Amino acid sequence: MELTLALSIGVLTGSGVWLLLRPRTFQVIMGLSLISYAVNLFIFSMGRLGLATGKEPVLRAGVPQELAHYADPMPQALVLTAIVIGFAMTALFLVVLLASRGLSGTDHVDGIEPPEGMEPDDDGARP
Amino acid sequence: MTGLADAAPMQHLMLAPVLLPLLVAALMLLLGEERHRLKMALNVGSCAVLLGVSCLLLLRAANEGAPQAVGVYLPGNWQAPFGIVLALDRLSALMLVLTSLVGLAAALFACARWHRVGVHFHVLFQLQLMGLAGAFLTADLFNLFVFFEVTLAASYGLLLHGSGRARVLSGMHYIAINLAASALFLIGVSMLYGITGTLSMADLSQHIPTLRDSDRGLLHAAAGILATAFLIKAAIWPLNFWLVPAYSAATAPVAALFALMTKLGVYSILRLWTLLFGGEAGASAQFGSLWLIGAGMLTMGFGAIGMMGSQRLGHLSGYAALLSSGTVLAAAGFGQNLLTAAMLYYLPASTLAISALFLLGDVLDRWRSPLEGADPYEPKSEAAPFLNARLEPTRGFNLDEEEQALVGRPIPAATAFVGLAFLMCTLMLSGLPPLPGFVGKFAMLNALFNPLGLAASAGAQLGLTGWTFLAVLITSGFFALSALVRAGIAYFWTAQGRGPLRVGLAEGVPIAALLLACVLLSVAAGPALRYTQATADALHAPSGYVQAILGAEPVPSVAAGSTSDEAAEGTP
Repeated sequence: MELTLALSIGVLTGSGVWLLLRPRTFQVIMGLSLISYAVNLFIFSMGRLGLATGKEPVLRAGVPQELAHYADPMPQALVLTAIVIGFAMTALFLVVLLASRGLSGTDHVDGIEPPEGMEPDDDGARP
Repeated sequence: MTGLADAAPMQHLMLAPVLLPLLVAALMLLLGEERHRLKMALNVGSCAVLLGVSCLLLLRAANEGAPQAVGVYLPGNWQAPFGIVLALDRLSALMLVLTSLVGLAAALFACARWHRVGVHFHVLFQLQLMGLAGAFLTADLFNLFVFFEVTLAASYGLLLHGSGRARVLSGMHYIAINLAASALFLIGVSMLYGITGTLSMADLSQHIPTLRDSDRGLLHAAAGILATAFLIKAAIWPLNFWLVPAYSAATAPVAALFALMTKLGVYSILRLWTLLFGGEAGASAQFGSLWLIGAGMLTMGFGAIGMMGSQRLGHLSGYAALLSSGTVLAAAGFGQNLLTAAMLYYLPASTLAISALFLLGDVLDRWRSPLEGADPYEPKSEAAPFLNARLEPTRGFNLDEEEQALVGRPIPAATAFVGLAFLMCTLMLSGLPPLPGFVGKFAMLNALFNPLGLAASAGAQLGLTGWTFLAVLITSGFFALSALVRAGIAYFWTAQGRGPLRVGLAEGVPIAALLLACVLLSVAAGPALRYTQATADALHAPSGYVQAILGAEPVPSVAAGSTSDEAAEGTP
């Protein structure tokens, strides 16, 4: 389980950072989303007593009321807050992205198309 | 918290800086979009009340007698480290007063014309103030994150206020880097929780000295990641390329308020660094000190050179904000209480001056190019105002057209006011006497040479970092002076076909108020420096803060008299 989680966080973060550094606004927003997924998973893995696998998420009758028998509630609260805020911010960023596309006529992050041949690794996708 | 019943009104006053803007913002959302005047009055009125409340809180923090005066409020009535804790110490009170003062000036200035160029200006403005106040008051990392996000969300809206290509583009970069910074913030916070099992700042500071050695590397990594998030907000080099385009594209009152936002990053660094890695932190004491000093000085250099290269007043003010931020961070990095005290005196002074310069820049830009000012949505041209032929004396042109003596002719009052205000900003930002820019820098240099106080530090050596800081501090002041003098010449002395300068009451009063606050800070430099000294002493000996928070008792439930079961349920 730890290995799967670590790998998925790593892959998500790596892809997110790569996309964040790309020149098109859509790639940037995808990158930011991937990074926020990775961060959410990471927060879960930071609970006390290690990664909670197969533990109760909420209090339940018959289970002793100790942290050893439950998943740590603190990361859950943090993740919930992070998801809500991240969702709202992504929606806002999407609006700004569309406004920028409308005002500048291009989806380049700088608002202007680079001169031909200046962007060797661009995949050629033009608006 | 011990005497909650007898000091109840003052105790609850702590909540006002968070609750009042929130309620006013909610109320304004319910009002229709048409009711500009009412919203304007609500916004300015709320800012004025906030200023009064913060001044009361400042007086209370200053007068509480004990060296570490801390007011603690438990909104959820759970004993720390559980639940939400708000704490008011001298540093928070100082930042609250600064916030509400700049907020009031910016709100008033916006009433002149800027508040009409978009929707929901006043609502976002109040929410921004709420986020700032909450971040200055909170005593745990979870709420610090929430209030940071409130501040950021409102700032996105405010930056885009007025729309236009420049604002949308710089806003997009601003949002992207802040979303990335929020991710770093979360990673750092959750790592700290994973290592220590708490998010309360006071509790964290108790856990750090007793940490296992195997966890110390992880702790430093977590602190570094968290600090990076704050340093992005504080606009440290090389994470500050977003600042100048964003701040100069924003409308003037928003930019003036944003001058505070960099100080929010500085505040968080100062608060957490002194709590977590102060002298009592055992093996982790002073972790990252050299990084702060070095990066701060690089930021100062970047800001100073940027000021020299700026052609527009908006850019000039933006780089001045970088210079101030870098100075404050580098000074904080030394971790000496005398230097921190001087820095805490310099911080509000420079923030006030930068805000005033942003507001002045708006008035001056409109004067220079009235056509541009008529349409607030989009600047007509990107051309730099200094690089045109207007700097050349026109052939046959005489400043004095009627060939009369220039001496003795009255200067129009508005021009004289704006000129004097610009002069004061120049003095403040370059650190020339008699304004607090000079007093603050002088106190910093004094603290560098005498780290233990005037009498006790004979034979103290400055060291390489100290000498470098001294050199950078003085050189950057000289750079700022040259850049501002050149801008002043270009704006005030060059001949150009332009009408008389008009400054409305709503524009003149905020600028005058900000500069008057600077003058007051200079006149009352003695008490102000004593206050910041007490602040710095408390920061560098955080046990008082920690004890006050962890020792705060929840209010007993009203039902406590009946049965204990009910009381236990009623407490939360």
